[in-house]
Amino acid sequence: MSVLVYTESEQGKFKKVALEVASYAKAVADQMGTTVTAITFNADDTSVLGNHGVDKVLKVNKSELEKFNANAYANVISQAAKNEGTKVVIVSSSADSKYLAPLLAINLDAGYASNVVEAPSSVSPFTVKRTAFTNKAFNMTTIDTDVKLVGVSKNSYGIKENSGSATAEDFSPSVPESGVHVESVDKITGQVTIADADIVVSGGRGLKGPENWGMIEELAQVLGAATACSKPVSDLGWRPHGEHVGQTGKPVAANLYIAVGISGAIQHLAGINASKVKVVINTDPEAPFFKAADYGIVGDAFEVVPKLIEKLKEFKAQQ
Amino acid sequence: MKILVCISHVPDTTSKINFTDGDTKFDTSGVQFVINPNDEFGLTRAMWFKEKQGADVTVVNVGGPETEPTLRKALAIGADNAIRVNTEAKDGFQVAKQLANVVKEGGYDLVIAGRESIDYNGGMVPGMLAGLIGANFVNNCISLEVDGTNAKAMREIDGGKETVSTSLPLVIGGQKGLVEESDLRIPNMRGIMMARKKPLEVKEPIDAGTETASIKFEKPAPKGSVKLIDADNVEELVNLLHNEAKVI
Repeated sequence: MSVLVYTESEQGKFKKVALEVASYAKAVADQMGTTVTAITFNADDTSVLGNHGVDKVLKVNKSELEKFNANAYANVISQAAKNEGTKVVIVSSSADSKYLAPLLAINLDAGYASNVVEAPSSVSPFTVKRTAFTNKAFNMTTIDTDVKLVGVSKNSYGIKENSGSATAEDFSPSVPESGVHVESVDKITGQVTIADADIVVSGGRGLKGPENWGMIEELAQVLGAATACSKPVSDLGWRPHGEHVGQTGKPVAANLYIAVGISGAIQHLAGINASKVKVVINTDPEAPFFKAADYGIVGDAFEVVPKLIEKLKEFKAQQ
Repeated sequence: MKILVCISHVPDTTSKINFTDGDTKFDTSGVQFVINPNDEFGLTRAMWFKEKQGADVTVVNVGGPETEPTLRKALAIGADNAIRVNTEAKDGFQVAKQLANVVKEGGYDLVIAGRESIDYNGGMVPGMLAGLIGANFVNNCISLEVDGTNAKAMREIDGGKETVSTSLPLVIGGQKGLVEESDLRIPNMRGIMMARKKPLEVKEPIDAGTETASIKFEKPAPKGSVKLIDADNVEELVNLLHNEAKVI
């Protein structure tokens, strides 16, 4: 009966979203008067999950599951859900979770609501609030199946502390043969990714050319932020596609989003709207971004950004 | 190779979003509808398979007659034929069920869908469809090559990309990267004329229930106005971000 949550890890360590979905699962379990079971794949120390509401951990340790495989992972999670008699399964909105969730939904005959931003407003009928129209609206949705699958939007519910401890047990599922094989992974290391970042620094056409990205990178480095860019910048080939944020690019749900030389087209704003605090630096006071931002500086990025870097360095030195 | 491209009929990316009927329905008045951008990248890639590898390309939409202009546009871009499943799209599962039936009856080898529609953003139809028909599935697909029944694809992951090998039958959830923005095609007059003569089959739906239901829409609370900081006083921004916003 427990709520089952898929807590993602990377190289044995839990991702931040894992703690957020665990916190969310705890809220659902409280509403339903049940407990939280987490499932982990090749994670080392699972005790941290207890601090975020997990009562029991099913540890899967299998070398053939070392690399993420949507089909195999979905199959294993559904075996766990069936064993536990789970009625609600919680996943995140990471690229991996969004990949496996629809497969899991079919395996479990579960109705699936993605991009959910709040704990259910009711568990009977099971009603959740999710974003729609690329963050331009919210949609109240009921999940009407016996088993329910919820995808929690990143940085929406937050990580909640819960003093408790989780018991761990090994779970040895059968692993199906998958028709999709990972040949190679090309991943930036030692750099914050847009998906994981608390702060994102983004540059637009106002920066005039790819040669001027040094100050964006430096600003990001001072803040421990990820770098991103607007659509025209990626279309012009100034920056890689993976950095394009907006409606057709990556969504950003950071605590702080700093836009430099980005006018703020409606498609761009839709993609970054889920961020908590937005700062814009632009020469044009009429730029639409000023209507969407919390803080703004009207000024030349080439003068403002170096000053900002300097002030931030002073600030960091004092901390 | 028979390719099915799933086309969502969505409001243009610049549309103002409003609701009607007590906030239960999207207000379509004055809204321009387009091919879902993620699907358009997929459709353009399908054109490449048609031109280079002789693939046959069918486009499909689950929806009412109002979606036909969007399907005609896809035909004008170069798809060979179109199917409209004549039922209102209610949730991801119901749409996936209808599409699964189209795939089974049509014997498609490759299904190209967008990773998500920009209206409902469910992001579940491609994966559910793959699950229902037992096909391989690659989501967030940013490149795709097919050689016989073997396929090589690239998937965007958080912080990078992953290369995978797989085989047909295959469903992909595609996005920008499958082709470049500059490769997208605007239908020309000849294409538009030809599209009028191409077959657009209206298919009656199979019996398929829903698993979720949309109850109500809400618009985000209006935002307060921006706090402007003088360009000569960036220190103030650092203070505000630390003391007021508490994000650094």
